[in-house]
Amino acid sequence: MAFSQQLINLFAALLLLIAFAMLSQRRILSLINLFAMQGLMLTTSTAIVAWSSHQHHLYYSAALTLIIKVIALPWLLHRLIRKLNVKWDVEPMINIPSTMLIGLALVVFSFNLALPISQLAGTITRSTLGIAMASVLLSFMMMITRRKAVPQVIGFLAMENGLFFAATSSTYGMPMVVELGIALDVLVGSFIFGIFFFQIRETFDSLDTRHMEKLKED
Amino acid sequence: MSAILPLDLVSAVVVIWLALAVLGLVAQASPRFVTNFIFPLGACASLVLLAAAFSALGGTPDIAVLPLGLPDLPFHLRLDALSAFFLLLLGAASFGISLYSAGYFRTMDKGTLGLLCFEYHLFLASMVLVMLADDAYMFMVAWETMAISSYFLVTTDHKIPEIRSAGFIYLLVAHVGAIAILMCFGVLQGGHGDYTFATMRNAHLTEFWASITFFLALFGFGAKAGMLPLHVWLPEAHPAAPSPVSAMMSGIMLKTAIYGILRVSFDLLDMQLWWWGVLTMSLGLLTALYGVLFAAVQTDMKRLLAYSSIENIGIILVGIGLTLVFHAFHKDALAALAITATLYHALNHAFMKGLLFLGTGSVLHATGERNLGKLGGLIHSMPKLALLVLVGALALAGLPPLNGFVSEWLLLQAFLLSPGLPLPYLNMLVPVAAAALVLAAALAGYVMVKFYGVIFLGQPREKRIEKAHDIGIWEQLGLGWLALGCLLLGIFPVFVIFNIDHVTRTLVGQTLGSTPAQTGWLLLTPIHPERASYSPLILFAIVVIGVLFTIFVVKKFYHGRLRRGPAWDCGFPEQTARMQDTAEGFGQPIRQIFKQFFGVIREVPSPFDKKPHYHGETRDLLWDWGYLPIARLAETLSRLAGKLQHGRIPIYLLYSFVTLLALLVFVR
Repeated sequence: MAFSQQLINLFAALLLLIAFAMLSQRRILSLINLFAMQGLMLTTSTAIVAWSSHQHHLYYSAALTLIIKVIALPWLLHRLIRKLNVKWDVEPMINIPSTMLIGLALVVFSFNLALPISQLAGTITRSTLGIAMASVLLSFMMMITRRKAVPQVIGFLAMENGLFFAATSSTYGMPMVVELGIALDVLVGSFIFGIFFFQIRETFDSLDTRHMEKLKED
Repeated sequence: MSAILPLDLVSAVVVIWLALAVLGLVAQASPRFVTNFIFPLGACASLVLLAAAFSALGGTPDIAVLPLGLPDLPFHLRLDALSAFFLLLLGAASFGISLYSAGYFRTMDKGTLGLLCFEYHLFLASMVLVMLADDAYMFMVAWETMAISSYFLVTTDHKIPEIRSAGFIYLLVAHVGAIAILMCFGVLQGGHGDYTFATMRNAHLTEFWASITFFLALFGFGAKAGMLPLHVWLPEAHPAAPSPVSAMMSGIMLKTAIYGILRVSFDLLDMQLWWWGVLTMSLGLLTALYGVLFAAVQTDMKRLLAYSSIENIGIILVGIGLTLVFHAFHKDALAALAITATLYHALNHAFMKGLLFLGTGSVLHATGERNLGKLGGLIHSMPKLALLVLVGALALAGLPPLNGFVSEWLLLQAFLLSPGLPLPYLNMLVPVAAAALVLAAALAGYVMVKFYGVIFLGQPREKRIEKAHDIGIWEQLGLGWLALGCLLLGIFPVFVIFNIDHVTRTLVGQTLGSTPAQTGWLLLTPIHPERASYSPLILFAIVVIGVLFTIFVVKKFYHGRLRRGPAWDCGFPEQTARMQDTAEGFGQPIRQIFKQFFGVIREVPSPFDKKPHYHGETRDLLWDWGYLPIARLAETLSRLAGKLQHGRIPIYLLYSFVTLLALLVFVR
């Protein structure tokens, strides 16, 4: 096995590990840091794929990831937290050990699912497709189990990380235009979320999305 | 290019109408301008349309491609004999209605008038485009424009809740129908992905898919026409709309649906199966009988006319069904006779129903009353209106020498002349259908006696309607035009059929052959002079001479004076005008005989009641048994679906998560 492939596998494993860490982390500040680290793993692995497979456009993707997901978004989120003054999430809806167990089942499921696809894919990174899918599902899981708005948004952003990783690992990334578009969407989306946070807090005096039940009309 | 083609003229009319629509919005500050200038100008455009359509009847089809529409999806236009015939109908009827509107909308307030003028002319223009369209895309755009502009016209008085709900029902049925039409075109294009009618004509469908197409077309266009299970919007929407709009919807818009059925079944589909005809005929008969029975028991004059429209659409559908049967068995001469009668009846109905709806508008304007039970004796205060409406009522009742008689007579001839069809059961069915049609026609006469008698004859039932003012000059012109049409269509049927022959030739490949060269202008002979013939002009002359002679004899040799005295009061001195036979009383025999068809609700007060209150209502059973269960089911289902909605974001996320996992498992 080539050295670069081993490196890619290592970073993929780290990505999955961070996804699990995020699932279990209850402090919001650490969650943001974990998100930034996940972005860094993604950047590194994309850069290695670019180097080993001579796909030059992937360098741009890596740079984009670095700027947006490692620097801009964590910085934005930190600022938000300071302004909103929320450091702790309340108890998640399912307790953390059970969440981890469900997460394990999801990983097994996604590896099982990715097996036939990765045999078809001819890329150097094909073995990591299962990991990419697992991290998508884990982030999704995180969005479901959290009650406050900020961790839900981080879950959403982490899900995008997983998707990006899936794209690089199965087809050496999407076309540049699509990637640029998605990056811009993520950025704009987080701005909108930021505005929503303030609105939600103003309306309900809390960032707990459970209060939104009141909006339902009977 | 040397000469102006009819298609150019027709397109010009569309442009003029659209321009007038916008002008109406711009000039809404001055209602005088709108009524005295825009509506008469729109009427002139109708005349141009009439002339253009008339000249296009015998010509070759004109084709044009408009540079409008979506990229790679331009609008195709085509003016052939069938479109020309329906455009002729549109031009002729809308001329009268627009003239009448110039007078009728005089009292409307500013803002409403501008909007109404906009929607009115948009409605007219979209109907022209429906008939010109030569691809499904253009057709649907025009069709929907027609539906929506007429919806806004129906809800002109949107402040009244009943009118809003009437508009809703109309829009609902219109859209259910539009979906069916859309699917019909989807099947018709036969997988080519090209939605022009030219491709559809060449697509060869299997029998199964052709039948599906026909059903979808019958359902979709039937919803617009008011075919039986889908007729419920008609008696709601027609009374809700202002009278010229009702006249236009009933007289013209219902015919666009007939146009659609004919276009799909005879032009776009390359085969016709006999049992489609039987189905259409049965539905048509049911519609006709149902419509006329309900018309007989109505107490609201516009509702009565709306049900009568349902009846007439039924008759037209019977004609289409009969044509399909004959055409499928290659009895083309009879098919030509049936389709001629159908088209003739469509044209007649535009005139007579337009006339009657406009007449009710004038009654409504003068008295503020729609309830037949409060009208009466208007022939004294509104003699001009009474005369013009009498023409329409007689025509709708199917009396010679007016136009209603000709088409119904032709249709019955088609039934009676039908020789042995190859199927014995069908041979037995046809006379039954003819008998049912005759029953409907006879009951239509009964309905018209009631309509005319209760409104115009006798004494006014309320004090205030005694001072009703007669109609103005614009109304007279509009009504007069339509009444003249009824008379001329009745007196010169040979000429009319000579022109309809162009359409007949394109649809069934044969003509009636009743050209003036063979039998002369006087005599209408559908098949053989030995079998049956009808000479309306001679009949008309006899009627006129007979009436004049009687008047002369009475004046000269009898007493020669007119004396008006009190009627014999049967020894009961305290008689009031309210003791006259009412609309409800007049309809009572029908309500008794056909009890099973109606849901009758009556509250009769006891003789000792201090404040007696009578309430009678005839409900549409199809509404209670057909529509309300569907509505309740939809409500229950949506309440169940509403349970999915918790308002909790994690639950929503869980839904998408589970869906994602399920799909992933499924895709494997």
